[in-house]
Amino acid sequence: MKHTKMTHNAEAADEKVFLGFWIYLMTDLLMFAVLFAVYAVLRNNTAGGITIAEIFNGPFVLTETMILLTGSFICGLAHLIAEKGNKRKTLVLLAATAVLGIIFLGMELYEFHHLISEGHSFTQSAFLSAYFSLVGFHGLHIVAGTIWILVLMAYVFRNGLTPGNIRKTKLVGIFWHFLDIVWIFIFTIVYLFGGVL
Amino acid sequence: MNEFIFGKLTLAALPHEWFTIGGTIFMTGMVITVGVLMTYFKRWKWLWNEWLTSTDPKKIGIMYIIVAGLMLVRGGMDAGMIWLQQSIAVGQSHGYLSAQHFQEVFTAHGVIMVFFVTMGFLFGFLNYIVPLQIGARDLASPFLNTLGFWLYVAGAILINLFFVIGGEFAATGWLAIAPLSGTEFSPGVGVDYWIWSLQISGIGTTLGGINFIMTILKMRAPGMSLMKMPIFTWASLCSMGLVVTVFPLLTATIALLNLDRLLNMNFFTTGNGGNAMMYTNLIWMWGHPEVYILMIPALGIYSEVVATFSRKKLFGYTTAVVSLLGIGGVALLVWLHHFFTMGAGSNVNAFFGISTMIIAIPTGAQFINWVLTMRKGRIRFATPMLWFLGFAATFTVGGMAGILLSIPPVDFQLHNSLFLVAHFHTMVVGGALFGIIAGFIYWFPKIFGFKLNERIGKYAFWFWFIGFFVSFLPLYILGLMGATRRLDHYEASTGWQPLFIMSLVGFILLSIGTALIIVQIAVSWWQKKKTQDTTGDPWDGRTLEWSTSSPPPHYNFACLPVVHSRDAFWEIKQQRKQKVQTAVQGKEYEEFHMPNNTALGIYISGLALLLGFAMIWHIFWLAIVCSIGIVFFVIRRTFDEKTEHLVKVAVTQP
Repeated sequence: MKHTKMTHNAEAADEKVFLGFWIYLMTDLLMFAVLFAVYAVLRNNTAGGITIAEIFNGPFVLTETMILLTGSFICGLAHLIAEKGNKRKTLVLLAATAVLGIIFLGMELYEFHHLISEGHSFTQSAFLSAYFSLVGFHGLHIVAGTIWILVLMAYVFRNGLTPGNIRKTKLVGIFWHFLDIVWIFIFTIVYLFGGVL
Repeated sequence: MNEFIFGKLTLAALPHEWFTIGGTIFMTGMVITVGVLMTYFKRWKWLWNEWLTSTDPKKIGIMYIIVAGLMLVRGGMDAGMIWLQQSIAVGQSHGYLSAQHFQEVFTAHGVIMVFFVTMGFLFGFLNYIVPLQIGARDLASPFLNTLGFWLYVAGAILINLFFVIGGEFAATGWLAIAPLSGTEFSPGVGVDYWIWSLQISGIGTTLGGINFIMTILKMRAPGMSLMKMPIFTWASLCSMGLVVTVFPLLTATIALLNLDRLLNMNFFTTGNGGNAMMYTNLIWMWGHPEVYILMIPALGIYSEVVATFSRKKLFGYTTAVVSLLGIGGVALLVWLHHFFTMGAGSNVNAFFGISTMIIAIPTGAQFINWVLTMRKGRIRFATPMLWFLGFAATFTVGGMAGILLSIPPVDFQLHNSLFLVAHFHTMVVGGALFGIIAGFIYWFPKIFGFKLNERIGKYAFWFWFIGFFVSFLPLYILGLMGATRRLDHYEASTGWQPLFIMSLVGFILLSIGTALIIVQIAVSWWQKKKTQDTTGDPWDGRTLEWSTSSPPPHYNFACLPVVHSRDAFWEIKQQRKQKVQTAVQGKEYEEFHMPNNTALGIYISGLALLLGFAMIWHIFWLAIVCSIGIVFFVIRRTFDEKTEHLVKVAVTQP
């Protein structure tokens, strides 16, 4: 009797956390929506500077995308494995996600550095301001997600796969998928529309 | 080296004009007085443990109301300064304020009244009343709640800090419209103070919005389905839904403006392809719903007041809920009516004009609800009811003016005139602020355990009601005569001065009204033994907050109530009268968990305040330190395992 009540309470707490987290994600998505809208308005305001077609490097962006998608897949696996109670594998998979995230960040920073060193900084035109902000805002989220995964690994390492840690694994997975979806939109709207169409 | 350590901050930033020196002396005087009193009465520890670090939504609610009250005085002084300037700066005389200073004053007035007064009162009521109304013991996330409150306080401190350090505030109007707010036209730190103050408090508001939605959707007492929720809770849910929809837009927009100023980006600049009109669009996409965020909970308060003081259930509950949702929904589709003059073309203007007019329909439905609730009711004209009736009059005037303004050709004439200023003050003061005062008097006995003096309250009401029309009706006329808003000087030949002076007289009446409210609180406190509320139900209320003692215990309910109908407490009372001993209230006492106090919200907000300050003055090393600190404390919080304590049955059982 007592036991069922406790699990019931834990489930109710879980429900609250997930609802709150989803609402948070929606607020975050709205911030991205502003940046997307701003990008759509300003994409042709290049003020005589570089255009998106000149920035677009197909294979490079596709590699970035594949790295992020793989990370997301692995993160999903981490949650499934965590549910099964395999601590070591969970840690490995989480570490793999974090590494892929860091590689993605490295590629993005390389791209930014490359642009700026060629004189196409975010001050050059409204288009570049919008481009750097939108892609950079996504990058900031990846930084946050990576820190979160590292902290989560510390948790799992210290306390094992407690229900709380399994929940956190699931949350981080949702977050990572969310970033993935946003990236798909960046890939499509910024890079494909700009470079191919 | 100096530049690395102090950024743009130099000795020149210290106060050196009469108003900054005055403000600084006033504020340090206040801080020192409070500090001395606290030390003298040895209350620091009590303050820290019982209030500042509390996670009890009731205490946080009271703190919100206190801060908002202080800011109301601050914003009110700004209003007085504007009125005084406008009544004397005619022809030869240029008044006592420079144009720059006048602009800063009206900017500060708008920002403070919207963000720190009305929002503060609103979150105060939500914190105190919503958990009680839905039969919950606390909020879904007590930590997010204290964090949100302290971020709001950090924003409030930052917006007053410019007096002491920097001495200039944004001179751009409350929305900091670009490109005026860019570095090209506003090179000083004023706009940066505006940016960081709103950024910090805005994030707090978003967190609050998420928290209240979680609370209302997941923590209602057993049996309380959505359509059995008290109407104020419904209004809060609508309002918080708007908060989480539009505050992210504000955060993103201000961030872009900040990037323009900080990193020389070109979103809203005049050159390099920037698009200033985009800023106007983005900020009003937030700004218009923001007004409804303030207004909708006030509508909820009126519904509670009317039902209680008419001793009837609210007429047309479902219509009222649908109206609230409708107002909230359409609010997202009208932002362009703030700038019909942009030149978007007649079709776009027609769309936004019509969608604006549509808002009158759900609002009108609300009025029908109230009128039909009062019909055949046994109405008591207690002060909250008077404020409601006053609102009904002012809001109708303001609403009609709003309908006029929603017609694009009319708006082309009245755009940026005092007619507009009069309109939105009628809505925000006569609508939201009257509702806040009504709610304050209505719930005061619940919060403090004694009633407010009715007689002084009625005097205060009449001063406010008459003062309101005396001060704002002239503005309608002035607007039609062609007076634009934000005038720091005009010619005597316009013949406007008598009306401006009349308006100033109205302000004096409003000030007397405000003073009377303060007197009312003081006198009632003095006589509180006489007016003590021992029943917990001084107004013969209908909803669950009146079923607890006044003030309620920190856990709100020893046994969670079981709800069968809309006016849950009214039903309990009816059944008590008929001596029906059904299982209305859960009889079984059980132990439960309550959240512990935490100071992390204060630490994080303190760092956010420092971060804002560092970014305003370009002290980047400090900004980095603060950011790392914030991340550290957030992670630290997730490692806290014991955030709750057990409340034993022995404590709660009578």
